[in-house]
Amino acid sequence: MSNIYEPVIGLEVHAELATRSKMFCACPVVDTTQAEPNSAVCPVCAGMPGVLPVVNQKAVEFALRVALALACEIAPSSLFARKNYFYPDLPKGYQISQYENPLAVNGRLTILTSQGEKVVRIRRVHLEEDTGKLTHIAESGNGSINEIRPAHTLIDLNRAGVPLLEIVSEPDMHSAEEVGAYARALHSLLRYLKVNSGDMQKGAMRIEPNISIRPAGSQTFGTRCEIKNLNTFRGLERAVDFEIRRQSALLDEGKVVEQETRGWIDDQGITVTQRSKEEAHDYRYFPEPDLPPLVLDRAWVEEILASLPELPISRLHRFQEQYKLSAYDAEVLTAEQETADYYEAAVAAAPQVAPKVIANWICGELFSLLNQTGMTLAECPVTPRALAALIFLVTSGEINLGTGKVVLAEMFHSGQSAEAIIASRGLRQISDSSAIAGMVQQVLKNNPEQVQSYLAGKTGIAQWLFGQVMKAAKGQANPQVVRQELEKQLNAMINNGY
Amino acid sequence: MNTITGLTLSQLVHGLRTGDFSSREAVQAYLEQIERLEPNLHAFISLAPEQALAQADIADSRLAAWRKSGENPIPPLLGVPMAIKDVLCVAGLRCTAGSRILENFIPPFSATAVERLLEAGIIVLGKTNTDEFAMGSSTENSGYWVTHNPWNLERVPGGSSGGSAAAVAADMAPAALGSDTGGSIRQPAAFCGISGIKPTYGRVSRYGLIAYGSSLDCVGAFARQVSDVALIYSLIAGHDERDATSMDYPKPQVNLNGKDLKGLRVGIPDEYFIAGIQAEVEASVREAIQVLQTLGAAVERVSLPHTEYALPVYYLIAPAEASANLARFDGIRYEPRSEAESMWGVFYRTRGERFGAEVKRRIMLGTYALSAGYYDAYYGQAQKVRTLIKTDFEQAFEKVDLIAAPVAPSTAFPIGRHSDDPLAMYLEDIFTLPANLAGVPGLVFPVGFDANGLPVGMQLMGPHFGEDILFKAGHAYQQVTDWHQRKPPLIDKAFT
Ligand SMILES: [Zn+2]
Repeated sequence: MSNIYEPVIGLEVHAELATRSKMFCACPVVDTTQAEPNSAVCPVCAGMPGVLPVVNQKAVEFALRVALALACEIAPSSLFARKNYFYPDLPKGYQISQYENPLAVNGRLTILTSQGEKVVRIRRVHLEEDTGKLTHIAESGNGSINEIRPAHTLIDLNRAGVPLLEIVSEPDMHSAEEVGAYARALHSLLRYLKVNSGDMQKGAMRIEPNISIRPAGSQTFGTRCEIKNLNTFRGLERAVDFEIRRQSALLDEGKVVEQETRGWIDDQGITVTQRSKEEAHDYRYFPEPDLPPLVLDRAWVEEILASLPELPISRLHRFQEQYKLSAYDAEVLTAEQETADYYEAAVAAAPQVAPKVIANWICGELFSLLNQTGMTLAECPVTPRALAALIFLVTSGEINLGTGKVVLAEMFHSGQSAEAIIASRGLRQISDSSAIAGMVQQVLKNNPEQVQSYLAGKTGIAQWLFGQVMKAAKGQANPQVVRQELEKQLNAMINNGY
Repeated sequence: MNTITGLTLSQLVHGLRTGDFSSREAVQAYLEQIERLEPNLHAFISLAPEQALAQADIADSRLAAWRKSGENPIPPLLGVPMAIKDVLCVAGLRCTAGSRILENFIPPFSATAVERLLEAGIIVLGKTNTDEFAMGSSTENSGYWVTHNPWNLERVPGGSSGGSAAAVAADMAPAALGSDTGGSIRQPAAFCGISGIKPTYGRVSRYGLIAYGSSLDCVGAFARQVSDVALIYSLIAGHDERDATSMDYPKPQVNLNGKDLKGLRVGIPDEYFIAGIQAEVEASVREAIQVLQTLGAAVERVSLPHTEYALPVYYLIAPAEASANLARFDGIRYEPRSEAESMWGVFYRTRGERFGAEVKRRIMLGTYALSAGYYDAYYGQAQKVRTLIKTDFEQAFEKVDLIAAPVAPSTAFPIGRHSDDPLAMYLEDIFTLPANLAGVPGLVFPVGFDANGLPVGMQLMGPHFGEDILFKAGHAYQQVTDWHQRKPPLIDKAFT
């Protein structure tokens, strides 16, 4: 019989800071998936003998934006440190990071789960530099000796020295869902602060959960395993789930969990041992002698604090309050600043329309059009004002909902306004009851058998008759008026003694 | 006969401006001197004769134009040849740091100190020999060859900047750059009978200096006389935005006028006149202090009570920093590489085969001192004691303007004497290490000779950014003495 365990999970997140230049030199930060290898490299980031690092102030500013948004305590003076290990992607043989005296400590991040809101404590936020990228090439050739290229590894230092922010949470999470929610909330926050590209496929945000389990109710921690370098939310959740199940199974069998670093194999859906505790590095951290303590000007920190935008969680609360949205809608609309801005612009452009209706249009029709075309909201040809105009036409009865959806699709593909499309295609809704009365009369006349069965008590046939009228009106009749007129004429028949 | 190579730096500058000789003639004269003496001295690792002559021709045309118009100011050292220690990068010239692991590294950039001198018009003759990665006190640890002392070929020139010191002492260059992490400028200056400055830490940019102990490394200069050292110092000192540890402190204004030292308070530290130091060294230094007194200085005893801890503190901090600084030499980016089956094999073999014994010893010392479980007891503790040593100096400089002391316990020792005993070698630096740990400047100049005809040097240490006081005292001393004008007999012998 399986025991009940409580998972205890903390997260380390490495986020690339979207500065123009690298952390310790003037090299540009480039898209390493696109740029010519080693094209954005100088003696400093190549770690040549004799060079020295100089701190990129913009990276410090970006780091402070994040630390302040996470409500951290900012260290008036923090220290850089050398983290020593040998690897060919690390040209100096050490990474400049922060160890004792990090930039910021003791923050918090509010996450949203199916159980509601929850606060996860942030242990520390610190600055460091990224490593280069290795590409392993297998042996190749056509069999003739001269043609064989032995297996080898290529080194691209374009990424070496790119500023990274490491954000470490306390082990406050207890499920894959919470871990996913934390990662999404952090992703959203970094995007709001405009300090990260958000492009997880390209490694802009890399997540390393550490997971242990303990018998439910226990206060001591179990042995933890760390999973390296996850870069999708889905992968993160699946890896955490797998790891919880793996550790639970071990304990159920009376075995122990080994402390180790594990890797996630996405296509197999499993984690595997990468490095055991015995093989763990002694990084021999010591204060970086090439960089004096990072002393922060208080006024500058205050200035950065004052310049922070409205953060996702505040905006979410405001949307619920001000626009009477559900928590779900508010979360969807505030996850990205662009979406929230778009929504608020549309609301402002249509004061006569209930904000909830606008939320439905954006979360429903507009998102589905964006998904189908793979476009982002920034690329969307329909402006908030144009969308608002369309929605107003629907809510005011000028066109019906079905036509509205057709018109939106047309707006999306042609970039034309709703008015123009309606006019050119003659889509305006028929609300004139005399015209509709004529159409109803015609349909009843043409379908005497159905009318007879209705009168005999099969009232369900009314829906079919309604469809016939709408069809005759090419979908443009106001359905409410059609319904009313149909009911009126059928009742008249009953009263007239049919 | 006063040949070009016999001139001081200032005389050389004067001769070039007046047109007594051309820069080409000067460069040629030094190259010939190098050719004559290098087989005995081995002061250089690399020479750059073609580049030097080409630069000399450019300098000559600028000098000629200047002489004709006389208007536009020209750089202060235009056309002056110099030697550079081979731990400082000069763009386009091989830089080995005295190591076989860096046999083929040609830096694409110049060290800031070198760049400032190039802007001042100097011409680089070549790169001088050094203990591997500046780790040593005799230049015997060079991965290339041993440099010999021009005063006695059986003796070491000191180290690690032994190549630069020997080159200046033997008139193979009028001045040279060096580096000083634990005494590597001051002790060779003393052993070779020339003048040298280790500036305040942070006064001269370290950019382009191949790092050994980053929190201790200082770039400095050698010349025959203090005034010339001061001139070079004034050109290389000053803030550099490429070195975050270089201080934003005004450019030095070195004013050497006069030899009146009235009002100068000179401290004599008890801890530097201890049993075991060579009697002639102590006698010469005490005589030199008397000379300072006759020039008006007041002398008093001071105490630097933590001096005895400087050696163990230094041999924890410097190797710890070195263990990280030298990690980049893994065979991946710099040739030569020792091939192996695996990545780790390349690391092990390249480093195992190409680092010398002393470098490996210090990497291991430093790695150990930083290891988990030992950090607090070793590196952490060393940093605390380092603060005490610094405080010693701060307290002393509340009482005195500068501190006078011997540079080393003895004059130049015989080649090979300490080759089996690293600890005895480390003890050579006991009087120079404290200034590095405290970050204070130190000036060395010759104050006599021992019975073997080997030069004795004296060291003046000043407060942070107190170089001007040191230069003033040293220059005053040299105006009333002539030790700095003595030359090794081998220079003259070379002509006969
Ligand atoms: Zn760079």
